[in-house]
Amino acid sequence: MLEHYLSLFIKAVFVENLALSFFLGMCTFLAVSKKVKTSLGLGVAVIVVQTITIPVNNLIYNYLLKKNALSYLGYEGIDLSFLGLICYIGVIAAMVQILEMVLDKFFPSLYNALGIFLPLITVNCAILGGSLFMVEREYNFAESVVFGFGSGLGWALAIAALAGIREKMKYSDVPEGLRGLGITFITVGLMALGFLAFSGIQL
Amino acid sequence: MSIKKTLFDPLFNNNPIALQILGICSALAVTTKLETVLVMSAAVIAVTTCSNFFVSIIRNQIPSSIRIIVQMTIIASLVILTDQILKTFFYEVSKGLSVYVGLIITNCIVMGRAEGYAMKNGPIMSAIDGFGNGLGYSLVLIFVGVFRELFGSGTLLGMTIFETVNNGGWYVPNGMALLSPSAFFLIGFFIWGLRTFKKEQIEQE
Repeated sequence: MLEHYLSLFIKAVFVENLALSFFLGMCTFLAVSKKVKTSLGLGVAVIVVQTITIPVNNLIYNYLLKKNALSYLGYEGIDLSFLGLICYIGVIAAMVQILEMVLDKFFPSLYNALGIFLPLITVNCAILGGSLFMVEREYNFAESVVFGFGSGLGWALAIAALAGIREKMKYSDVPEGLRGLGITFITVGLMALGFLAFSGIQL
Repeated sequence: MSIKKTLFDPLFNNNPIALQILGICSALAVTTKLETVLVMSAAVIAVTTCSNFFVSIIRNQIPSSIRIIVQMTIIASLVILTDQILKTFFYEVSKGLSVYVGLIITNCIVMGRAEGYAMKNGPIMSAIDGFGNGLGYSLVLIFVGVFRELFGSGTLLGMTIFETVNNGGWYVPNGMALLSPSAFFLIGFFIWGLRTFKKEQIEQE
């Protein structure tokens, strides 16, 4: 039993890394990875939001939207899964908003550290993508908690690593046309190649 | 700005992927086959055009404190519509696109243009701007898609161009082109090429 969850966790962090093998959250991944410190802040925010929203969306999908999900209320054969997208994005936006208020009230230091990144997370495709993968792969509640935490951690790991490389890159002599965005793309490509080495690992 | 400028600027001068860093996630993931690329491009063009148009129509009625949610709702409804249409008429392709159709919602091109252009300009111009940016996005996608399908499996749109060794031909397929990292390299090179011609886009550090 525990092995199953451990395997799922390792898979979510390394083998199916959201950033490097599914290209999710790329926009922020490339835009906010200039400094290790800020990218770590963003990474932590993604982990927190991911661990909350994926299980919540899992409950919504299983008890409201799935085919025959409303049968406990006596409605048979209702399939609301086409409403999925709009519900998930609503949950994500609401969760981010609530999280912002809670952090502001109880953990002001963390709130200040995360700053502008919290609201930005709403439009980070890694979060919505995580929820959609959870639905596509039909995880149950416990699995969705593990998957949420694991995939968030994987993303955070990837952005911190990229930021580390980019900080060192400042000292390199890059061809003019490649400076900035171009070389970052190629760096991420090389990192993705590295992460390919994890594929096929099973515990 | 003239219509022509609004329409064609996003192709090379202000490309959403190469310069504005918008909408990269889906650009990389759906490009292994040219067919999925074309469907994805059409979907994105349709969504950006319509969302820009509708956001622009109601731009004076939206209270600015809740504008993100309003934009999100418009975009999400349009994406659901697109998703359903794709499932009905292109079922196989929509299976191949998997979650990435849904992810058009969080595709920053759509949000970015709605927030950056449609909130300030009239509906017709906004629709043209959306269409232009959709085209600029498609351009990069098609570039990457052509290379990946041609070198990865020797075909274009499913038709054989290079006869592969497995079928008794001469071409040994480059397996890496089908894997994810190749997309990063291709976009990196695309940016390099673009900036060699457009010197003003080079980033100063």
